[in-house]
Amino acid sequence: MTLNLPKDKLVEMYRKMLEIRFFEEKVFELYAQNLVPGTIHLYAGEEAVAVGVCSNLRRDDYITSTHRGHGHCIAKGADLKRTMAEILGKKTGYCKGKGGSMHIADFSIGMLGATAVVGAGIPIAVGAGLSIKLRHTDQVAACFFGDGASNQGTFHEGINMASIWKLPVLFICENNLYAMGTRQSIAMAIENVADRAAAYGIPGVVVDGNDVLAVYEAARKAVERARKGEGPTLIECKTYRHKGHSRIDPAKYRPKEEVEAWLAKDPIKRFKEKLLHANILGETEIQQIEKEVLGKIEEAVKFAMESPLPSPEEALEDVYA
Amino acid sequence: MRKIAYREALKEALREEMRRDSRVFLLGEDIGRYWGGAFKVTKGLAEEFGDERVRDTPISESAIIGAAVGAAITGMRPVAEIMFGDLTALAMDQIANQAAKIRYMFGGQAKCPIVVRTPFGAGVNIAAHHSQSLEAWFMHVPGLYVAVPSTPYDAKGLLKTAIRSDNPVVFCEHKLLYPLEGEVPEEEYTIPFGVADVKREGKDVTVVATLFMVHKALNAAEELAEEGISVEVVDPRTLTPLDKQAIIKSVKKTGRIVIVTEDCRTAGVSAEIAAVVAEEAIDYLDAPIKRVAEPDTPIPFSPPLEQYVIPDEKAIIKAVKEVV
Ligand SMILES: Cc1ncc(C[n+]2csc(CCOP(=O)(O)OP(=O)(O)O)c2C)c(N)n1
Ligand SMILES: [Mg+2]
Repeated sequence: MTLNLPKDKLVEMYRKMLEIRFFEEKVFELYAQNLVPGTIHLYAGEEAVAVGVCSNLRRDDYITSTHRGHGHCIAKGADLKRTMAEILGKKTGYCKGKGGSMHIADFSIGMLGATAVVGAGIPIAVGAGLSIKLRHTDQVAACFFGDGASNQGTFHEGINMASIWKLPVLFICENNLYAMGTRQSIAMAIENVADRAAAYGIPGVVVDGNDVLAVYEAARKAVERARKGEGPTLIECKTYRHKGHSRIDPAKYRPKEEVEAWLAKDPIKRFKEKLLHANILGETEIQQIEKEVLGKIEEAVKFAMESPLPSPEEALEDVYA
Repeated sequence: MRKIAYREALKEALREEMRRDSRVFLLGEDIGRYWGGAFKVTKGLAEEFGDERVRDTPISESAIIGAAVGAAITGMRPVAEIMFGDLTALAMDQIANQAAKIRYMFGGQAKCPIVVRTPFGAGVNIAAHHSQSLEAWFMHVPGLYVAVPSTPYDAKGLLKTAIRSDNPVVFCEHKLLYPLEGEVPEEEYTIPFGVADVKREGKDVTVVATLFMVHKALNAAEELAEEGISVEVVDPRTLTPLDKQAIIKSVKKTGRIVIVTEDCRTAGVSAEIAAVVAEEAIDYLDAPIKRVAEPDTPIPFSPPLEQYVIPDEKAIIKAVKEVV
């Protein structure tokens, strides 16, 4: 994929990917120190997908997200402080501590929330697309979901509905080859989830999900198509999670060679090399960006750590509007 | 007697029934050799019985239960695992409209011997989609049995009965119970459905509790005993069929009842038990019926919020003191 985007845009994309990576490393560290309640599902390794897609979206476009949602939030422009605060269960978090790692939302930037019910965000994005159509705006809605989620009825029902009504929806499958310990080949007889698009009469595209520019380009076309009222697209991004499924899953079900091969295809490393090679960024600029991003993450952690916990009775609020 | 964990007791029941009856097989997400079940109940069973009988499925809850129903009405005895109780919502049509009604609607021609094993309960900070207690949903559907084992002993005996039952059983487990150890005999036994167990005898107040709340009720009873209040803890063990007589018998003795369940208060398990006591034992009551339950909210994530909505020993003690 060529680097025919403005320098600012490329640097912004690189910065976002780093933000996600460093953020996730920090979450992992805090988790190990027992500072994160519950469980975590890290996005490290899959940054090119969220960033490649969201770099095509406007602030008023919508996304729906999953249990592995930190990266989607950050890519859509969520505030790192409030995201981190939510993960630590603080009152200052996006959901006042009611949601946690698996349920972050920022409706002010079109991030319609992360659902932990696998596949549930898919028809919700279809509904956002329907609303766009009924309100006659040129927004789009994108839903992120895993390979595992594509075996859920909601995937098939949602895509079919978006197809017949020509809704402005991007179906973004993050195929990281596993759903927990279940290899893709155990759960489906096809190699490409994108092949399922044909059954619903919409375009289905397979891209290298560890190449942010490839994802960007596929999403750009899909967004263009959606904004013109031509309907949805299914984009399958082949990628890999660097860590286990959740918390302390050692992921022993993944062959060592496979893990190593994918680690070598690290999306951030690859993008960095490209940027350096094309003289878009120099080593010093790269280091400067890393420093700035690390500083931002530290600020977010500080904010989250210093924030108060919610008071217990707040549990009773927000049940009804 | 030897002690084993609740999860081991469940596994023993599965293993024994699979050895006894070749029609018994397991299906569910990540229950096989690679993960062994999200709570490790089925760990090792794929190695013993093979991938055919311990089947990893796609993430397709509706088809998991639908396939169980189809297999059951054609001669098999499937035990399906739904990874979290909250996710039974995705399979609700197959459970409530298909499995539950297939016998009645077709005039008694079919039987549907499926078991749906699933963990409910809060307490591990995994928020609103992974923490609910939805046992009452299933009590509301005629044709389903609902088991709620609170100890390793009950878990094993009830699961064996569930597998041998010719009716669909929703087998409600609790996340916090899996590591809990308790006495389980080496020799074979089963526990009939519809027979409550008095987990502690007492004479002043009856506390009816289910699943993890049984243990909180026992802790509360211990504390109250020090203050001279004698609490009887009754565990129904199955909600359908419900052992009304055991509850009424205890109420006759104590004249007071507190019902403790982790599900939401409104139209919940405690509401049904309270209604039974109000209808059939009101004359024996010396005080109003009390309920301790979740205060009608989704389960929040942050620890102080979550702890606030889950009934605890303090709430049980307070309720008991209000009726004595
Ligand atoms: C409906 C539903 N079924 C099962 C689960 C338990 N679960 C959580 S994540 C997960 C695997 C999801 O795999 P995939 O969709 O590929 O996403 P990934 O975790 O790989 O990003 C499972 C089975 C769930 N949360 N929701
Ligand atoms: Mg996956």
